Amino acid sequence: MNAVNAADTSFIIFATTLVMLMTPGLALFYGGMVRRKNVLSITVHSYAAMAIVSIQWVLIGYTLCFGKDFAGFIGNFQFIGLRGVGFLPNANYAATIPQSVFMLFQLMFAIITPAIISGAIAERMKFLAFSVFILLWSIIVYDPIAHWVWGAGGWLRNLGVLDFAGGYVVEISSGISALVAALVIGKRKKLKTITPHNIPMTMIGAGILWFGWFGFNAGSALTINGVALNAFITTNTAAAAGIIAWSTCEVVARKKVTSLGIASGMVAGLVAITPGAGFVSPMASILIGGIAGALCFLSVTVVKQRFGYDDSLDAFGCHGIGGIWGAIATGIFASKAINSAGTNGLIYGNIKLVGSQLIAIVSTIAYSAIMTFIILKVISKFMSLRVTSEEEMDGLDVSLHGEEAYGGIDI
Amino acid sequence: MDQKFSKIDIITSSSKFDELKEALNAIGISGMTVSNVLGCGMQKGHKEFYRGLALDINLLPKIKVEVVVCDIPVDLVVEIAKKVLHTGKMGDGKIFVYDVKNIIRISNGAEGRDALRYDK
Repeated sequence: MNAVNAADTSFIIFATTLVMLMTPGLALFYGGMVRRKNVLSITVHSYAAMAIVSIQWVLIGYTLCFGKDFAGFIGNFQFIGLRGVGFLPNANYAATIPQSVFMLFQLMFAIITPAIISGAIAERMKFLAFSVFILLWSIIVYDPIAHWVWGAGGWLRNLGVLDFAGGYVVEISSGISALVAALVIGKRKKLKTITPHNIPMTMIGAGILWFGWFGFNAGSALTINGVALNAFITTNTAAAAGIIAWSTCEVVARKKVTSLGIASGMVAGLVAITPGAGFVSPMASILIGGIAGALCFLSVTVVKQRFGYDDSLDAFGCHGIGGIWGAIATGIFASKAINSAGTNGLIYGNIKLVGSQLIAIVSTIAYSAIMTFIILKVISKFMSLRVTSEEEMDGLDVSLHGEEAYGGIDI
Repeated sequence: MDQKFSKIDIITSSSKFDELKEALNAIGISGMTVSNVLGCGMQKGHKEFYRGLALDINLLPKIKVEVVVCDIPVDLVVEIAKKVLHTGKMGDGKIFVYDVKNIIRISNGAEGRDALRYDK
């Protein structure tokens, strides 16, 4: 049995299923926020990510992320087609679970990351263009960044950058790419009159995301130990703090706490704790989640209106901003006492960590933004990115998919 | 009283609703009733697919805007609606004009022309 530990393996298999469920959860979360006539179009974006990335991953994605390092930039084709990925653990990453479990667990992260981007281009992007985008973005943006941060030999990992569960790899990369995509594709028509069509659906999605995030963060310990349980606690705590902070901002700004605000504050807190879940204390996670709630609230209500970009479902506002704050916060609050594999942060007198985190933030932002822009421009040479004006008015479900989500009257 | 009230029904595609509402507001009409309806006429509808089975959907979603006017000329309302909604293609919709016998405002019992007015 080599070094395979049954308890760790069961835990990570379970965590894999939790993270898997987050993508359908995201589909529900986003689905409720778009108009009735577009709910299916945003839903299929998430499911398309599940389909496309699953195949890309087993062919080349896994090996590009976690294969033998080349120049600190990307993995080689050591594991192409899952060659050599079996029951034997890969000691570089998770010494007590089969490598196939590690590979599957990581797949779920690779799936949800491009799905997050769908939130920025909702209600106006062509399905074929977005599907091609998912494939190219996964290869060109997700895989390299994952290798930099988590791959053995990755240049950011070598720099001592701490990213417990995907603050850079998932949140910042998708958040920034989302903003670029929203700017390239342009605003939806009649922005001022768009309202969510099914907030209960969004709330169900939000609950599923919170539930799945335990697998996302605690599972990233890749073993059952104090760090995993610490991540479990900080994840829940940050979500709660995010809700309270966002709701407080709502009361101050508008005198009312909204359900959509609660869902958004929750996501902001969860995003922010992602890079630091296994490095910071539960007390720190209250601050991290709380500040994320307030920052994302401002980003979504003030900054978005001021600059006028149509990041429709706040992929940048929550994931981008939340991720950036979370990465910095990890640099501030990380503690070796909580995770001996980590480093101490600013509050323990170490300024180097914040420095490394900032380098990682800047390089992730720059690389994601530039490559996303190039990918979209290249795709646009072969097909249109945006639907026609008529398709946008009629609704994407009927125009692009020939389907009505809720049917007409009963006759 | 010899006041003439007219009801104007505008059935059209929902994509132009905001423009229509603004245009009506601009000529002094602020009250209206709007409903989601399904309708068919000359427009043939579209095909939908359910697990490979193609269905012809002949009832299309439209919106119906109902306004009642007294002082504002009916012809003006009709002209404004035509101008905003016209694309020349099938699916632009229809306008119906009816006579109305009386209008009552429930909150203060006003009848006739007074029930339509929103004087301060």
